[in-house]
Amino acid sequence: MTIQFNDETFRDDYSFFNSDRAIKRFPFPFHEDSYMYSVNMEQHRGGPVDSVYEKRFDVDEHYVAEMRDRAMVLADDPLRCQSLPHMTLAGWDLLELIMVSKSEDYPDLFELHRDGNNWRWVNKPLGIDDSFVFLDETTLPYGPMEYITRQAQGDFCVLDQRDDNLWMDAGMVTTQADWSLDFDIGMNFFEWHAPVPLAHEKGIFVRALKFLLNIQQGAPARRLNWTMTVNPLLDTSPENYHKWGIQKTTLTPENIGAKQHLRVELQTFFRLPRSNALVFPIRCYLCSFQDLMTAPKWGRRLHRVIRDLPEELATYKGFIDNRPMMLDYLSKFDDGLPTSDGIWPDLETEPALKT
Amino acid sequence: MSKFTFPQSIRSRPVYGTLEQRDGAAHLLIADAEGAEAILDVATPAMMAKAHIVYIPKGAAFEDKLRGLNAASFYAGPSYGAAEQRIHKALADAKMGLQVYLAGTEGLMGQAQNAAMQAGIPHTAIQTEHRGSTARRIQCVHCKGITEDVETDPFVCAHCGLNLFVRDHYSRRLAAYQGVCIDAEDPGNVPEPKGIYE
Repeated sequence: MTIQFNDETFRDDYSFFNSDRAIKRFPFPFHEDSYMYSVNMEQHRGGPVDSVYEKRFDVDEHYVAEMRDRAMVLADDPLRCQSLPHMTLAGWDLLELIMVSKSEDYPDLFELHRDGNNWRWVNKPLGIDDSFVFLDETTLPYGPMEYITRQAQGDFCVLDQRDDNLWMDAGMVTTQADWSLDFDIGMNFFEWHAPVPLAHEKGIFVRALKFLLNIQQGAPARRLNWTMTVNPLLDTSPENYHKWGIQKTTLTPENIGAKQHLRVELQTFFRLPRSNALVFPIRCYLCSFQDLMTAPKWGRRLHRVIRDLPEELATYKGFIDNRPMMLDYLSKFDDGLPTSDGIWPDLETEPALKT
Repeated sequence: MSKFTFPQSIRSRPVYGTLEQRDGAAHLLIADAEGAEAILDVATPAMMAKAHIVYIPKGAAFEDKLRGLNAASFYAGPSYGAAEQRIHKALADAKMGLQVYLAGTEGLMGQAQNAAMQAGIPHTAIQTEHRGSTARRIQCVHCKGITEDVETDPFVCAHCGLNLFVRDHYSRRLAAYQGVCIDAEDPGNVPEPKGIYE
């Protein structure tokens, strides 16, 4: 499999686009016509061929452009990547996990050559060929977590496990849905989720934590989460909210199909072998409403989900003001027909939109 | 009346208790303003014989009463910043069995708790009691500057000048609440400031 990497931007002129392949494999997050929080975990052991679930760390057409965007964010604000002093070993664990996974899953793009602790890493899409000594920080240009996550799509939270809790003690966070690593670093699982409405009362976090504390080596888990973003902006950070918040007011009935994006996070969870830390990659996928509407099932379903979403969630996810305009647009793609179960578009079997 | 009952809030927001005397090899008590009253309530002669009191009066009139407790070591200073190096030294010199007591404003307790955590004391082992002003110490999420003693919501960041609303989300590491731009989506539309608990 070869991937054609897009030359595109996630800021300024927003030249980001999804190919037909990327639209078909978009991780649509709604398995039924309504949405409420749940502990929607499943094993991360592959999935349908060419789906985002197939590989341990999905690499797609946005890889090179996303890494370029990450480098720009870090140049502006180095605090987006931080690691408390006791987390260095976990950083090495993460480096190993990503290098081994990518070189096995994408042998045409990545190579890892190991001779004891003398390692050579080749990343062809980014033009990197580095030799270094595993576990020796002085042989890499950055700390191990920063080094490898400058070469891996998605945000990475590295969680220390102690006192029957998980602690946000390291991370690379440049594509976040409005939360600050710099503020949250050092917090435990309940504290960094404190601002989320409704889910505490439903016991979601108590159950999720119990699940995560028991994740074993070699048995990663995954779930999808979602929000909404106007323009394909990866860096929806609170740090820059005073700059990008205004973009939410630029939606019109004419441009909403192109500008409004469903933002989906593929969250995975891997136990790390030496440190017993848990790494929590949060991979962001963006898809415009007009591209989503090419799958009739998704058009029907997205309208129903957004229409029936509790007000607190629409407020928390930041689109309460734009919801009426979204519904005007989406309702045109909902003819009332039933939809099939599950998240896949089922393009061959779902009927075309009745007009 | 210097006690205030904080409304129910989210999980990251600190919860304060009432100081109680605990057995310890030594006692470090750090307070500002009305926090002195909590120390006066908990102090005993036996405890004071092994106590180090660090007090920031902030204009309150308790210094003489605190001094009258005859702690083994007593310090009154003009600001937390002025006292900070002394606090770090006291914590660095501490042996097993030190008890830490913090009382007064959230800003004082948060910063002193942070200093104790840096010295290796778990935050759950540190006693706190809120007294006096309910003003908050707030970090601007945009410029990262910290504004002390914020009493209203919204307020103007003392560093970058943005209008910020006050969240209950709290970082022990920064000893600060989070402030976020209130008019990002509608520049200039800033509501009239109100007291944080009004």
